[in-house]
Amino acid sequence: MNAASPLEIRGAALRRGGRELWSGLDLTVEPGELIAVLGPSGSGKTTLLRAVLGLDRLSEGRITALGSDVRRAGNRRIGYVPQQRPLPRDTALRGRDLVRLGVDGHRFGFPFPRRGERARVDALVDAVGGRDFADRPVGLLSGGEQQRLRIGQALADEPRLLLCDEPLTSLDLANQQAVVGLIDGHRRDTGAAVLLVTHDINPVLGKVDRILYLAGGRFTLGSPDDVLNSRVLSDLYGAPVFVLRAGDRLVVVGAPDAEASHHHHDEARA
Amino acid sequence: MNWSDVWNAMFGGIADYGDILALVSNSVWAGAVLGLVGGLIGVFVMQRDMAFAVHGISELSFAGAAAALLFGFDVVTGSIVGSLIAAGLIGWLGARARERNSIIGVLMPFGLGLGILFLSLYSGRSANRFSLLTGQIVSVQSDQLGWLIGIGAVVLVALLLIWRPLRFDSLDPQAAAARGVPTRWVSFAFMLLLGLIVAVAVHIIGALLVLALVVTPAAAAMRVASGPLSVPLLAAVFGVFSAVGGILLAVAGTLPVSPYITTISFVLYLVCRGIGARRDRATRSDA
Repeated sequence: MNAASPLEIRGAALRRGGRELWSGLDLTVEPGELIAVLGPSGSGKTTLLRAVLGLDRLSEGRITALGSDVRRAGNRRIGYVPQQRPLPRDTALRGRDLVRLGVDGHRFGFPFPRRGERARVDALVDAVGGRDFADRPVGLLSGGEQQRLRIGQALADEPRLLLCDEPLTSLDLANQQAVVGLIDGHRRDTGAAVLLVTHDINPVLGKVDRILYLAGGRFTLGSPDDVLNSRVLSDLYGAPVFVLRAGDRLVVVGAPDAEASHHHHDEARA
Repeated sequence: MNWSDVWNAMFGGIADYGDILALVSNSVWAGAVLGLVGGLIGVFVMQRDMAFAVHGISELSFAGAAAALLFGFDVVTGSIVGSLIAAGLIGWLGARARERNSIIGVLMPFGLGLGILFLSLYSGRSANRFSLLTGQIVSVQSDQLGWLIGIGAVVLVALLLIWRPLRFDSLDPQAAAARGVPTRWVSFAFMLLLGLIVAVAVHIIGALLVLALVVTPAAAAMRVASGPLSVPLLAAVFGVFSAVGGILLAVAGTLPVSPYITTISFVLYLVCRGIGARRDRATRSDA
């Protein structure tokens, strides 16, 4: 076993309601590697991330994260950006308080600030370029601004492994690029590995090292060129699927996936 | 009805106000503690969208108190038992908002009906009957007042101890769980604290009106503030002002305390809404 690997998954399988979503999944993530997890909704992408965190269980298999077996949740060296729900307008927090939850949100005891925490929060806010909006009520911030701060929250303990679940959904192109830039910059600066669930590969296409594609009761793992072509995806889905190249963007056509329609509205806005 | 009757009902005791105040000073303290803790916990009630749960708990608390009255047990203990059963059931069965609302919708009329049954079987002093529904703090005995104040203090300390994990869980339960917050445990602890403070509120303001001190002050504060410190502080100030102000006004006459408290907290809410709306307009015209 490679002790330096931030994440090792061995013999993983996931079944839901008697149906096998995938099995025999082995994955060794290298430090600094960015892996995109793709696949239709209901293919177990979110469950895979949550299993790495110890929040969900796989049907089979073993996960070793940052050198120890995942048995229960709470390893704060693993950063997690859950799928976004927009916060209500009247949420009683400012932008920086959202980041601060990552610093002291897990701590019991009288809520007095500790020395140095303010500086830590400031540094995180700066790291995600949030200084201009950090003091505004979080419910009034745009989706992109909220997402930056949530990434700041996830980076609180300098994670060696960062898990992002659909971090780019409902962001415009500029914000998508900003968020991708933050995630990519963090892994380049610190050597952290990143697992990123997305339904649209285009915003991260130039950055990903490997793609894990879950579909049709199976999976495919490999470099973007190896996975994102008509032959491999047709084989995976068991139906004719076409991967078209339009400039530097890829469009997947014919995949039996309700989420495919999202690609179009993202592009229309860009 | 004529105006001099109204005057007497409202201000008839004004001549002896000092003496009356000395008699009810413990009630004022109990009101202050409830206002403080109700305002603070109300911020989480709003964030977790649990106003309906508060109402459900208070009806079962009423049933517990009515049962205690009928069978000759301590009424405060009865209300706490009812409250905790309701809070425990809602916390245990209703993890998701939709399930929770249906469970509360089922529990609430049952609790209220049970309470009314116990009250109609009860043959003691009739003033006690309505006071559980509509509140009458000045008729609560002083040893019971001590209990109410003590329970409020315990809830206050416990709430402060779980403040940060509870806030994290209220805002983003998934991220909280991933960062090691025992979210189930925290949610359950919150329900128990809510149950305890609702039981206190039933005696002070009445089962039907609990929301005026557990939701309204926080809702008002959230209209005009947004900081993690300013909202709870303001909610607590509003709560104390409503509860203490209501009691101080009510003892000048013969009217019950509750309408004063509900009116003050409602007016505070209206004022805050007005200020909030005006500020929204101002920021929009800036942009």
